[in-house]
Amino acid sequence: MSSAGQFYAAAPGPGAKPEVWLWIAQRASAALLVLCVLVHLFTIIYAVRHGLSGAHILERTRGNAAALAFYSLYVLAIAVHAPIGLRTLCQEWLGWRSASLTWFIGAIALALIALGVRAALAVFL
Amino acid sequence: MKNDYRARSHPAWWAFLLHRLSGLALSLFLPLHFLALGQALQGEARLDSLLRWTEQPLVKSAEIVLVLLLAAHLTGGLRLLALEFLPWRDWQKSLLAWAAGAALAAGLAFALAL
Repeated sequence: MSSAGQFYAAAPGPGAKPEVWLWIAQRASAALLVLCVLVHLFTIIYAVRHGLSGAHILERTRGNAAALAFYSLYVLAIAVHAPIGLRTLCQEWLGWRSASLTWFIGAIALALIALGVRAALAVFL
Repeated sequence: MKNDYRARSHPAWWAFLLHRLSGLALSLFLPLHFLALGQALQGEARLDSLLRWTEQPLVKSAEIVLVLLLAAHLTGGLRLLALEFLPWRDWQKSLLAWAAGAALAAGLAFALAL
């Protein structure tokens, strides 16, 4: 087996560094977001084409459990993906590498979940 | 490796910069997007008044840029996933062009309401 094959075959154990888990979380959420963003883009283009109004939006989402589940999953994937990306940006461009960055990024993730779930519920209820 | 002008003259460097800046812009926009949708809690009329506000030319232009950035982040991210997880093939050299083309198509479909 090639060295590249061996690299991919080695799954990280429980003692793996946080950086490894963050890398995996970033890629796993990215893969999920590929589907979510595709659906979102098609919905946006479809909605704009058929006239965007509060009535049209709420007609599609009110009481629609599938839409609520989809948008909740979408929000969770964003809340994982965006803060990890911002963390890298803060480290590389701002040189911010102290423990306070972890708290800042954690707070952003929680805020995104709170605001996102509130938005998903707002168009569902 | 030194990150000098030679690295920055490569299209892949511009793809990296676009991916990072689009990610930053989308992260800044997201809370506003969620707050706007949250207006639906106050009823359909409130959502409608917000949608009317977005019909201003400047806001509409910003929306088109945001859709372009979202599509570019998606296609650029797909390119990265392909580079990282698929075995190397010659066609991957064309991924940059495909990513840019697909993002532009999505942006145009939104802008022209196709």
